Amino acid sequence: MEIETPYVLSDFDKTEAEQIEALMAAAKEPYPDPVAWLEEEIEHNVLLTTTEHLIDWGKRFSVWPNTFFPACCAFEVISAAASRFDFSRFGMEVLRPSPRQADLMLVAGTVTWKLAPALRRVYDQMAEPKWVIAMGACAISGGAFRGSYSVVPGINRIIPVDVYIPGCPPRPEGLIYGFMALHRKVAKDKLLKKG
Amino acid sequence: MTKPLSGAEIARQIGEQLSDAVTGSDETTVFVRSEDILNAARFLKENLDFDYLPSITAVDFLDHFDVIYHLRSIKNNYSVVLRTRCDNSGSPRVPSVVSLWQGADLQEREIYDLMGIYFEGHPNMKRIVLWEGYEGHPLRKDFIMDVPGGGKTT
Repeated sequence: MEIETPYVLSDFDKTEAEQIEALMAAAKEPYPDPVAWLEEEIEHNVLLTTTEHLIDWGKRFSVWPNTFFPACCAFEVISAAASRFDFSRFGMEVLRPSPRQADLMLVAGTVTWKLAPALRRVYDQMAEPKWVIAMGACAISGGAFRGSYSVVPGINRIIPVDVYIPGCPPRPEGLIYGFMALHRKVAKDKLLKKG
Repeated sequence: MTKPLSGAEIARQIGEQLSDAVTGSDETTVFVRSEDILNAARFLKENLDFDYLPSITAVDFLDHFDVIYHLRSIKNNYSVVLRTRCDNSGSPRVPSVVSLWQGADLQEREIYDLMGIYFEGHPNMKRIVLWEGYEGHPLRKDFIMDVPGGGKTT
């Protein structure tokens, strides 16, 4: 291909021009959409993901809390459940009195040694997968009653704890932040983990 | 408003019925020997209409304990305090008043649990707040326990 110019073309200019001309010649029609064969209804309603991610997504938005409320932190949970803070936005409004139907053990308050066997029993009765939130200073460490003759210095001596929410008591905003931390933890859950 | 009766006047009335039972009195309180506490309480309930026992409590003075009964008459709207002493001799004992006021049941068990004062004649005298096998009675002044993380507390 000869190109007429008032100046001398380098080899590089010529090669580039040839490449561009070739591309233009080949680009008469646009490439077809690779998923054009999908009907519109399928196209708008199908997502591709991993099974693990899908199951974790379902789990994190359907955590049913168990009510283990031995002390005054319970009122902040009630407040978080009521219309102003409304934790049903996270799929958590189904507070279960029975541990067999619950995924999350929400320990809101002081646990004494006399109550400790009940705490362990409720935890053991819950089905896998299960999580535990220690809410408030008392559940975390015994709080103001640490060092007393009758108070458990932190429920993590009785059961494993996933999320700690500090405060005396924590406000509902703090509680919701703790729930969201738990959701992030659930989202990273492995299906095939050692029980 | 509940009117506190004069301790001295109540002490005089108890003394007429039960000689040697009263050991002293002040403006609100009658001090009674511990072995006579049930008789004195029965006298107050039956003769002076003290039909309600709001609280029993105990105080540790190291060499002895005081057991304090707050009595009230709902019918006549007056009150008096009955107080008795028992020596700290290993196992202090005081007669129970459950036979007069059912409300004494749990309160006497709590005092036994935390102070170690045994109430004789109580229908179910055992620990209530702490578990069986707990060593000692934690509200006693000579009670010492380990603090988690080190140290002792009383």
